[in-house]
Amino acid sequence: MTGIKKLTAKHFSAARKRLLQMHFESGVGHIGGNLSALDAMLVVFHEYLSGEDKFILSKGHSAGALYTTLWSLGRLNEQDLKQFHQDDTLLAAHPPAQGIEDIQFATGSLGHGLSLAAGTALAFKLKGNATRVVCLTSDGEWQEGSTWEALIFACHHRLFNLTVMVDHNNLQGFGSTAEVASMSPLWDRLQGFDVDVQIIDGHDPDAIRTALEGESKRLRVIVLRTVKGHGVSFMENRMEWHYLPLSEDQFKTAIEEIERKEVGLK
Amino acid sequence: MRKQLCDALVARTAGAASSRMVFLTGDLGFMALEPLQQALGARFINAGVAEQNMISVAAGLARQNLEVWVYSIAPFCYARPFEQIRNDITFHNLPVKLIGNGGGYGYGVMGPTHHAIEDYGVLLTLPNMSVYVPVFDQDMDAVIARAGASSRPAYIRMGRGEPPGGYAVPAYAPWRQLTGGGGAVVITVGPLAGTYIAAFERLPAKSRPNLWAVAELPLEQNPMPAELVSQIEQASSLCVAEEHVRRGGFGSELLLHLADKNIAVRRFRHLYARAHHFERYGSQHFLRRQSALDVDSMLAIL
Repeated sequence: MTGIKKLTAKHFSAARKRLLQMHFESGVGHIGGNLSALDAMLVVFHEYLSGEDKFILSKGHSAGALYTTLWSLGRLNEQDLKQFHQDDTLLAAHPPAQGIEDIQFATGSLGHGLSLAAGTALAFKLKGNATRVVCLTSDGEWQEGSTWEALIFACHHRLFNLTVMVDHNNLQGFGSTAEVASMSPLWDRLQGFDVDVQIIDGHDPDAIRTALEGESKRLRVIVLRTVKGHGVSFMENRMEWHYLPLSEDQFKTAIEEIERKEVGLK
Repeated sequence: MRKQLCDALVARTAGAASSRMVFLTGDLGFMALEPLQQALGARFINAGVAEQNMISVAAGLARQNLEVWVYSIAPFCYARPFEQIRNDITFHNLPVKLIGNGGGYGYGVMGPTHHAIEDYGVLLTLPNMSVYVPVFDQDMDAVIARAGASSRPAYIRMGRGEPPGGYAVPAYAPWRQLTGGGGAVVITVGPLAGTYIAAFERLPAKSRPNLWAVAELPLEQNPMPAELVSQIEQASSLCVAEEHVRRGGFGSELLLHLADKNIAVRRFRHLYARAHHFERYGSQHFLRRQSALDVDSMLAIL
């Protein structure tokens, strides 16, 4: 992976605007969970992954953030993003099964990604190479029993080349995670396993960098405390932005807000 | 067939694929798979009682070009983790080999949770999937070799070979004719074929059925031999017997295939697994009788 060695605030802002433009032009929702995941994906792809390292997006409904990240790396181009959600596209609402080298698996049904990542990490371990795997899950996804099956497996097989990230934005499909099936705080449940849990601000690039630094002698789980709709005040922490597309006025308002914040950014 | 399975896989560990082989079991194989465990070492993985994870892990391993075999009791291998097979294996056409032990009513009195009578029907709805149903224990070497050489995902439905005493088992082939005569054409899927051989051989040649055993599905991947097609065209009656529910089974697939080819069937009879459970439980033989899959029922409908 060849990315920017250290992303600046302007890079994050540019990616956020491009993501919104892509969703607006395609008339597509799922924006809130894309904005909560975008910052972490940018840091992981640009600053952490290298060589044959793999990223597996378990929360496949954040494909928009993944496509935007690949665009920021030059792996997808403007024309590719214009095809998002269109007929005859590779850029479906959830990651495709084939056709984009950086995408390992077609995800979208929750509860698969961590097992896929564990299998991938195990393959590298069995081959005796140092390739690393990062898996990004949602928080609601931890209601899937299969995600816990995967965690048990990854711990048992000491898959220290696997990093699990949780986009903990507190909102799921039809309520908050606390209202629907509370495991709050999720990190308490995770700490019951033999894992190295870090709880960080998922929108603070330095915190993400620090969490990813070095090697762990336990399975590493990074709980990203995030905000659904991060960066656009009328979307933040509002469940409807799990679903709604942007109107033209809303798109303009969102871009203006992001650009106002850009003033003075490095 | 478990011993033959283990022997075939152990032999494979010494072959060209040896460094790429990984075997996952869903906590099964006691007193059967220990030699394989010894041969594979760290690449023999007991994935525990967590079949959904096991299937997706298998997909992750296969995506990195490892040769992955997955083993469990048949329904735990395909029914519990069906979505993982669909999304993670077949959508990516990963050549993971699923091995289900005790296909059909193989687990008998263990009860309906352990029966696998809709396995190949549901799995063949998935893209790229191949199914192997060995007929005799001796088939396992060839089945493992053929499945292992295939670039497709596959399901191997294991049972228990049931040839009559003293029977010379013919060499493996995806289609085999086991008895011949002037009677009906009977096609069976897997080991059930062996249960009819002795009774058919006792019949006069004039009325003795042409008994065929099919061991690989679907028909698009394993076309019928010309001789079988010719027999169907000439026969007064065609019968399919399978330890599988009627919907999605081989019988309906065969009739659709024949219809596509404009091959007329004068009289069709279908023996199939009639229920997941009956009022009383029992052995595989008992359950076959309940489903009219036993020899007497077969002779009666012929």
